[in-house]
Amino acid sequence: MSKKINPLIIVTGLIIGIAAILLTKYGNPKNMGFCIACFIRDIAGTTKLHTAPVVQYLRPEIVGIVLGSSIMAFASGEWRAKGGSSPALRFILGFMVMIGALIFLGCPLRMVIRMGGGDLNAFVGLAGFVVGILIGVLFLKKGFELKRNYDTANLDGLVLPIVLIILFVLFMIAWPTLSKYVADVKAEVEGATNSTPFAISTSGPGSMHAPIIMALAFGLIVGVLAQKSRMCMVGGIRDIVLFKNFNLITGFVAVFVAVLVGNIVLGNFKGFSVQSQPIAHSSEIWNFLGMVIVGWGSCLLGGCPLRQLILSGEGNADSAITVIGMLVGAAFAHNFSLAGGADPGMVDGVYKVFELNANGKFAAICCLIALLIISVTNLNKVEE
Amino acid sequence: MVDARGYACPKPVLMTEAEINKTNADEIIVLVDNRTAENNVANFAMSKGYKVTHDREGRDFKLILKK
Repeated sequence: MSKKINPLIIVTGLIIGIAAILLTKYGNPKNMGFCIACFIRDIAGTTKLHTAPVVQYLRPEIVGIVLGSSIMAFASGEWRAKGGSSPALRFILGFMVMIGALIFLGCPLRMVIRMGGGDLNAFVGLAGFVVGILIGVLFLKKGFELKRNYDTANLDGLVLPIVLIILFVLFMIAWPTLSKYVADVKAEVEGATNSTPFAISTSGPGSMHAPIIMALAFGLIVGVLAQKSRMCMVGGIRDIVLFKNFNLITGFVAVFVAVLVGNIVLGNFKGFSVQSQPIAHSSEIWNFLGMVIVGWGSCLLGGCPLRQLILSGEGNADSAITVIGMLVGAAFAHNFSLAGGADPGMVDGVYKVFELNANGKFAAICCLIALLIISVTNLNKVEE
Repeated sequence: MVDARGYACPKPVLMTEAEINKTNADEIIVLVDNRTAENNVANFAMSKGYKVTHDREGRDFKLILKK
């Protein structure tokens, strides 16, 4: 591969960083301006696939990203319905990537956003992420592959965008009732009821969100740019190791720089530290292992969670299955209490660190074993 | 001849690399089915000293790599 850097990838990274800062300023949770895993988890919540009350909201960013990618792919003639590449394996890989991300508390994108917010735990996550990718690359070099895809029916490639549009329209119809319900609960109005089919957070991260139009718009912009630039958080590190190609990593760095500068400009930056970081924990072994799962799984899938959304928009039914795997993974993570949580913080003058429960630890170990089995059993020897 | 249709990157580049290492041929034809792979394979081949000609085969992309 050439060593040329595509300026568009830097622009995409900067825009994602700026979007994250602005979306947080206008309502999204701290250091969570843009997180694919968190947003998909919230969608799983609002559709009642899980019932964790603090993470239920239909994040318009996700709808925007997929549609932005579709629009760009149609405009450039790149949209093509493809599918049939080991779909069940992709589903379970998406599922496990989500479990890993929710143990750490963030997808690779949020990891970088947390790094730019001064959260040192995210640097531990980065170390795990790199190790995961290195393991994945090792298997890629040994000939790991998910089988090839084929042309499929156009409708097959449109399923995810269409479902997201329908969900979004329904959510918009329900929105006046939902927002009145949230306001009533906050004002402690007696007998406040939510008569819509959607669940909605009245407190916690799910209740914190930027205006819908703004979130949708930034999603669309990021979708368009990421489709065109092929932005991928996993690809950045993978390509350096595989091909000594530094193109994709520049997007990764651009997100970090934009978020760091944005936080400093807005006065949010309080230096780098481990303790009391927003929606994060300092149980470092699980930060590390959570991101090993994300890096390894994403490397086998061929792209990070953001990239899976973009490919779904381009007509890739396998990536759509992966995204649905992530959605189901998020539901399991909360239904089975596998997800990480914030540090409890100062208790009786002592800083208390979040302790991942036995379910979460067991799930993480299972994911690592499953990744190893999938990696080893899908080797197609490369002829030397 | 490398038929990398149906594969997403980095697989098509790895397949091309394996073919170059194996045959060291002066001319290699690579088939891919998406523009990302087309660009990545072309860039990789150029970095290995090949001249690349781009062609279409139906909806797929045909790359002719020549030393």
